[in-house]
Amino acid sequence: MSTMTLAEARPVTRRSAPAPIPFSRVVAVEARKTFDTRSGFWLLTSIGITATLATVAVLLWAPDSELTYDTFAAAIGFPMAVILPMVAILAVTSEWSQRSGLTTFALVPHRGRVVRAKAVVAVGIGVVSMLVAMIIGAVGNVVGSTIAGVDTVWDDGPMHLSTIVLGNVLGLLVGFMLGVLIRNSAGAIVTYFVWSFVLPPLAALLATSQGWFRDLQPWVDFNYAQGFLFNGGVTAEQWAQVGVTSLVWLVVPLAIGLRMVLRSEVK
Amino acid sequence: MITVQSLTRKYGSFTAVDDITFTAQPGRVTGFLGPNGAGKSTTMRVLVGLTPPTSGTAEVSGRRFADLPNPGLEAGVLLDASAQHAGRTGREILTVAARTMGLPARRVDEMLDLVSLTPEEAGRRVRHYSLGMRQRLGIATALLGEPGVLILDEPANGLDPAGIRWMRDLLRGYADRGATVLLSSHLLHEIEVIADDLVVIGRGRIVAQGTKAELLAAAGTIVRSADAVALAHALTAAGIHHHPTAEDTLRTDADPELVGTVALHAGIALRELRPADGAGLEEMFLELTADTQRDDNSSEGRAA
Repeated sequence: MSTMTLAEARPVTRRSAPAPIPFSRVVAVEARKTFDTRSGFWLLTSIGITATLATVAVLLWAPDSELTYDTFAAAIGFPMAVILPMVAILAVTSEWSQRSGLTTFALVPHRGRVVRAKAVVAVGIGVVSMLVAMIIGAVGNVVGSTIAGVDTVWDDGPMHLSTIVLGNVLGLLVGFMLGVLIRNSAGAIVTYFVWSFVLPPLAALLATSQGWFRDLQPWVDFNYAQGFLFNGGVTAEQWAQVGVTSLVWLVVPLAIGLRMVLRSEVK
Repeated sequence: MITVQSLTRKYGSFTAVDDITFTAQPGRVTGFLGPNGAGKSTTMRVLVGLTPPTSGTAEVSGRRFADLPNPGLEAGVLLDASAQHAGRTGREILTVAARTMGLPARRVDEMLDLVSLTPEEAGRRVRHYSLGMRQRLGIATALLGEPGVLILDEPANGLDPAGIRWMRDLLRGYADRGATVLLSSHLLHEIEVIADDLVVIGRGRIVAQGTKAELLAAAGTIVRSADAVALAHALTAAGIHHHPTAEDTLRTDADPELVGTVALHAGIALRELRPADGAGLEEMFLELTADTQRDDNSSEGRAA
């Protein structure tokens, strides 16, 4: 209590009207906020760690004939598909679950701007993480084939790699959408896992027993349509199916969630 | 300058804030006083755009909060010191706020110094902070941008007596240099020692407002009579609100002359008739909010 340096709280004489906060600054601040907590830091670090672990696992256990880039990409892709949506979910929900939104939205009283900045950061992290993972996978592929004494096989072309990135970004945006819609960390994470790990086998079961659903599935099942992007060689019809399911399961709920975010109370 | 005009906020059929109007002037500390659940926090959330109003307007420096280009530089806000990400360090929370406002990192150290958080404490995660430390951090966040307006919800909560004194001097100094300070509290003595103006709210409605001196002067009348029951009837018949404060004593908002006249006409002998004084804000506060308080411990019993 001794240092009552009141002089430090300088006078409150009126200055000229301050300049508006540029969007780039909101993005930079939101980017910082994804790294500056212990959980955020480890979540992002775990992307690199799991990519490395997955690569090592392929090196150790995959048969020589399987030592192709596609194998590495698939092994790295799985943890990525789990972690990236978590990053997106927590970026949004922590403002409500941790209640830091009380400060955030008082400093930037335009929630749409903040949410947009979070989306930019989440997609940015997704793309950068995928690039890092691809490099780790490439190193693994070279090292693996050298050790095994087989030819290095680059079976995933740039087009296929791009659709994999897109597939993961869509998965990440599903997380983002659930975060915006549910605005509760635990609720959004559980919903994401149900959505991407419980529903697909159920849908597959339904498709095997019901012919009508089998024909309909690519047009209504987002997870199923997303699979095209990971398998590569996407046809025009499959692109249309990705588009339609994204619109229904991603864009529409995101729009509803945004509307709720803009109109709700922050407490 | 803070201007609240006919502000109403409803939740379904419940009216949390009911048509309130007040201003907080520059250079003065305005105390926003009321029992828990009276609508103070709701009003403040509407003021900073976190809660949409049902009707009415709230403006800071003549603009809606959302229209302020860089709100942190114009209005310092502390609504709930515990509403921070528990995994962030105190310093990081200030840094994030400073970056949002576009302030240099030096400001963060100045603020930590101002609120007496040591570098070691500032490096700790907020999860490990006491309420008092969180409150200091929240005040530091509010003051970062050297704003001309301060909006503080229960800022003294969790501070020790020395801390409350410190905050009082800090806010006093701020107001003396021309800032508008609005702070809420449900504790009277906190506000009594710091506020210049008072807005008293109960169940969503403003029950009194004015300068502290005015409100204290208008504290009513104390009247004693051997026949307090008859006196109570006479006052009720004259439409004067009153309540008993002792066996033979009534208290009313009316001035002594009026009470004396009523007693004379009713032929009731008085033991004492005087302006209520020295009772302080506490009595006024209890009186003003008595009929709007949750546990209805008020009066009329003897008159009825």
